[in-house]
Amino acid sequence: MKDGVATGLGGRGLPWKRPGSGTRGRLVDYAFMAVFVLLVVIAAVSSDFFFSQTNLTNIARQMVTNGLISLGMLVVILTGGIDLSVGAVVALAGIMASGVQADLPLGLAVVVALAVGSTAGAVNGFLVARFSLAPFIVTLATLSAFRGLVFVYSDTPITPADPSSRSLLGGGFIGPVPVPVVFMVVCYVLVWLFVGRTTPGRAIVAIGGNAEAVRLAGVPVRRHVVLAYVLSGFLSALAGILLVSRLGIAQPNVGVGYELDAIAACVIGGAILGGGGGSVIGTLGGVLTLGLIDNLLNLFNVQSYYQQILKGAIIVVAVLARRITKADGLA
Amino acid sequence: MSGGGTAPAVEMRGIGKRYGVTVAVRGVDLIGLPGEVHALVGENGAGKSTLMKVLSGAVQPEEGEIRLDGTTVRIGDPAEARRLGVHAVYQEFSLVPNLSVAENIWLSRGSHRRGRWWVDRSKVNRSAEDLLDEIGFTGLDVRRPVSRLRVSGRQLVEIAKAVVERPQVLILDEPSAVLSREELRRLFTLVRTLTREGTLVFYVSHRLEEVFEIADRITVLKDGEVVGTVRPQETDERELIRMMVGRTLEEIYPRRGGGKGEEVLGVDGLGRDVAFADVSLSLARGEIVGLFGLVGSGRTELARCIFGAEPATSGRMRLEGRPFRPRSPADAVARGVAYLTEDRARDGLVLTDTVRDNVSLASLRRLGRWGVLDRRTQEQVVRIKVRELDIRPPQPSRVVGRLSGGNQQKVVMAKWLLTAAKVLILDEPTRGVDVATKVDMYRMTAALAERGVGILLISSELPEILGMSDRVLVMRKGRVVGEFDRARATEEALLAPAAGVRP
Repeated sequence: MKDGVATGLGGRGLPWKRPGSGTRGRLVDYAFMAVFVLLVVIAAVSSDFFFSQTNLTNIARQMVTNGLISLGMLVVILTGGIDLSVGAVVALAGIMASGVQADLPLGLAVVVALAVGSTAGAVNGFLVARFSLAPFIVTLATLSAFRGLVFVYSDTPITPADPSSRSLLGGGFIGPVPVPVVFMVVCYVLVWLFVGRTTPGRAIVAIGGNAEAVRLAGVPVRRHVVLAYVLSGFLSALAGILLVSRLGIAQPNVGVGYELDAIAACVIGGAILGGGGGSVIGTLGGVLTLGLIDNLLNLFNVQSYYQQILKGAIIVVAVLARRITKADGLA
Repeated sequence: MSGGGTAPAVEMRGIGKRYGVTVAVRGVDLIGLPGEVHALVGENGAGKSTLMKVLSGAVQPEEGEIRLDGTTVRIGDPAEARRLGVHAVYQEFSLVPNLSVAENIWLSRGSHRRGRWWVDRSKVNRSAEDLLDEIGFTGLDVRRPVSRLRVSGRQLVEIAKAVVERPQVLILDEPSAVLSREELRRLFTLVRTLTREGTLVFYVSHRLEEVFEIADRITVLKDGEVVGTVRPQETDERELIRMMVGRTLEEIYPRRGGGKGEEVLGVDGLGRDVAFADVSLSLARGEIVGLFGLVGSGRTELARCIFGAEPATSGRMRLEGRPFRPRSPADAVARGVAYLTEDRARDGLVLTDTVRDNVSLASLRRLGRWGVLDRRTQEQVVRIKVRELDIRPPQPSRVVGRLSGGNQQKVVMAKWLLTAAKVLILDEPTRGVDVATKVDMYRMTAALAERGVGILLISSELPEILGMSDRVLVMRKGRVVGEFDRARATEEALLAPAAGVRP
């Protein structure tokens, strides 16, 4: 009877823990947008450099890594889970992509790295779904294991063997738009369609709300949970490949702590840890907000330690704002 | 019983409360005397729960005045209500699932501390046991985490938690919805003990039989207003239903032709571990077979096996003459078997999702092509079902958790209607829904049978079983102990084998 998949903290879904829906929920969305616009205005007024082509390109490129990871994280959070291993997968895919270029053409190297990332995600998903393990624990374990794998593969930085990788991927441009940004936009559109318009997408959203109800509706739960983690692994791998090719070097310790920024972006965007709420658009908003704040603090030369403190405060405020909109109960 | 000259324990005057544009209650007067059981009846949305939430401080009225023992009070929140001696037990559980029964009972009191930090566990357990003994709720393991209890057990703990506070006014909101007959009897004994000591008990219920059994006075609400207050000996069920819905009892159970088709589901010697054994039954197209038994008789476990939610350990099944061995609910659904579970909030609905998503959940595969959802078709079929079942408000985009219990149940029903099932198992389909929704559910069930669907109706409510079934099977301790056709099925005939008494 109890073989339903434990998808996370609240897989069964707590009926009183609803997303900020309705008019007041929407008001908060507008409030967040207003804050975002305000940030842009502050930036524009206080710094001539902000709206320069160079800075905008920089912001956009720097946001891609967190943007892609957050997108995968969102899909996992929608199932009621969490993926702490994303940073390690970024490193694993990045270093593999650089390493195998020595023997393989660039395209194939990318495919290998993406496959490795997806497999890592599949391992997470399998452990969570098949054995009903807590996602937090599983991905905490694999975070450590995958990071270990990275160092086993290479404990020294690897410079990509194929020099064209930088101009084609991380450092390339299509018109004025950086290539990584194009990748990110395409991924957001695809995942947005996936979550809203496909049957597995709707199933994933439902699983986060009440996994047992989904199972008893005749929808296989496990394979959808696995799919969510595979997506997370794939998108983290893509983030890793683009990051390494932009930097021009693959450090084995890249991506440490990236899971926190991703979770923060999702939560700022209205995702509910434990499942039952969250949106692609909201997550994009969260990514943009965090990216913008980073950039502003850099422009104002705020020390990175203070940046971290401020970021933490922003997350708390964002979550509180969402909490306030919790509608009062109807009769 | 109520003394003629005593001052009212509770006097509510001109209470009005609205949610947005919806008027929940309007100009309600209600008087509760010390030591009486005052029942509140009415359809869902009639305002019973709102009225009781006003009294218990959970919501604030816009108009009106509350007096307790003659003193005007303002009840700002539930904590204040408790200080004033008003305790409420709601349908929604307020227990901490991972704490034990005993810990939950003492939670609000924070008692049994040793010093500032230490909790005397054995004392907590012992006094919880004593308390449960005293109020007659024996057989609950106080060390067990609440999450491992059945719904009925949780309800009892919830009640115990309120009673331990020695309330002057106790509000029981649909306490019986999840209780077995035996548990209900114990609750009634407890209620009588409390009223003897002068407690005023407000008893909110859909079940009129119970109300007649326990209430000293009955107040009927309809559309947020009081229709009238009556004494049970001065009225009868028909009269009450007329007051509540303006419809008579005869119209509740639909008449059907009852012509039988060939077998659609056959079960041979099915068993699962200790839950049930050697169950055989045959269900024909267009037939409604009632499955009656007390809670724990193995009815639900049998249903879950037929649906593939749990594997059977012995026996075999046939579906439309072909072997049927579902390994998962997905298998069963693919073969045309549907199962409406007994607890819609726990495993029947995704409360955070919309009506649209919930209704189409079991049909996602058919609504998609290459995994891409055909949203236009989805919207169309969902709208048709919403209209057909009269789900209110008729908005597919509405989040299910915000619908009333009756409408939530209709959403579950709509989900299974959409799968075009050949066999439909209904497990307590009218639990915790209002009379109007009950009538609708019966009408739909009958219509499905007319269309040739085989229906297995599990219920603890005898009138429902008797009113709907062509045939009734009685289960007890995991075995089928009796079979009655419509003509021979009477209340006494079914109760005897269910309780293990030979007539």
